[in-house]
Amino acid sequence: MGAREIAEQVLDPELPVLTLAELGVLRDVHVEPDGSVLVTITPTYSGCPAVDVMRAQLRNRLQDAGYAQVNVRSVLSPAWTTDWITDEGRRKLATAGIAPPNRVGPRVAGPIPLNLEPPSATVPCPRCGSRNTELLSRFGATACKALYRCHGCAEPFEHFKEL
Amino acid sequence: MNDSVYDGLSEEHADDARWAYGTGFHDELSGVDRDIPSGVDGADLGLYCQMLGDDALVLAQRLAEWCSRAPELEEDVALANIGLDLLGQARLLLTRAGEVDGTGRSEDDFAYLRPADQFRNLLLVELDCGPGPGGDFAVTMARLLVFSSFRLSLLYRLQSTVDPVIAAVAAKGVKELAYHRDHAAQWVLRLGDGTAESHRRMQAAVDRIWPYLDELYAPHPVVARLIEVDAAVDPADVRAEVEDTLHRVLRAATLSIPSPHRESGELSGRDGRHTPELAEVLGTMQELARSLPGAVW
Repeated sequence: MGAREIAEQVLDPELPVLTLAELGVLRDVHVEPDGSVLVTITPTYSGCPAVDVMRAQLRNRLQDAGYAQVNVRSVLSPAWTTDWITDEGRRKLATAGIAPPNRVGPRVAGPIPLNLEPPSATVPCPRCGSRNTELLSRFGATACKALYRCHGCAEPFEHFKEL
Repeated sequence: MNDSVYDGLSEEHADDARWAYGTGFHDELSGVDRDIPSGVDGADLGLYCQMLGDDALVLAQRLAEWCSRAPELEEDVALANIGLDLLGQARLLLTRAGEVDGTGRSEDDFAYLRPADQFRNLLLVELDCGPGPGGDFAVTMARLLVFSSFRLSLLYRLQSTVDPVIAAVAAKGVKELAYHRDHAAQWVLRLGDGTAESHRRMQAAVDRIWPYLDELYAPHPVVARLIEVDAAVDPADVRAEVEDTLHRVLRAATLSIPSPHRESGELSGRDGRHTPELAEVLGTMQELARSLPGAVW
């Protein structure tokens, strides 16, 4: 397997159903002429503690596969967005009971408008598909998730927040 | 194959002990263009990074004080997550500060080894807003609304600064801060337009916080020099936008808008002249680093 294939298979430490490639944080894998590997990742949130684990995992997997020299660098710009989560990644999230983020699209220029309304329930339940859901908490067990409850099947579920 | 994803970390650091109190994980700015832009004074840029970084660091520490003591479990999680976002911004900015000011100080040196009079944060973020007798959850939410509205407008404009690191931190930060601001606004609305008791306490909270607003927009010679070379944003330029946001929230929350002026004029957070509350919060944050210098685990 090539360096790119190996790096693409590394799982996200906080959402181990997704690979770093499916999450959209793996930006580039480059093998230099001398055989060293340069991996470029981008953090999800500024303070995401999983980034150090991602770096370690990438380095360990590539070194296990025989790439002695591995450098992992992080780039901040362009900033990661949930739109970079692949279709396959979204499908896997839903299968794991985590409602995938809606597509955000490019933001219009100008100040970000204040939103004083409670969020409209546009997050369908990943278990039963009901759109009759309610936000329980804007923050969840990790920086990237919020907590919802489904009124259809009465189960709570996590939602990967749009960013 | 590792059984736990976190096993990788200990392998990674097998021969690389970390400060017990520090991060020591990784160079946060690897891969970011780090040349000092031409025409920009490195010492000035370093101080500006400290101002922006210290605002985030000190408020992150204040928010962490609510852990396990917020009115509900979800709010423990929310305040910790907001603090974590700010801490991430602070780490990048303080790393940048030590890189451009020529001293070679690390993010840990800035966080753990500076005395209070070398911190450049706004007074707003150091105030004891609770938990405990010093404050109230409502005061913490009033401050968070003010701070996140101000920083959002600032970072929005800093996306086009000539410093590539500040620009990159800003581009990530605006998305995070918009979420923090909306969260705080929801609470101010809920408490202000709630019961008689919650309204009373929310009004007392904004009355306590508002006198610290003028300082947000105050000019500073270091910032003025950086504005000349497109490396900084004039905080006075964001005033109208920030006040529009704040006044909209307060009106919707049926709260009256207090004066943004404060009598005591000798304090200035950007110049290191702080309230005793900063030394108090740093006492907790720096205790381990100062009592066990160089400790590793």
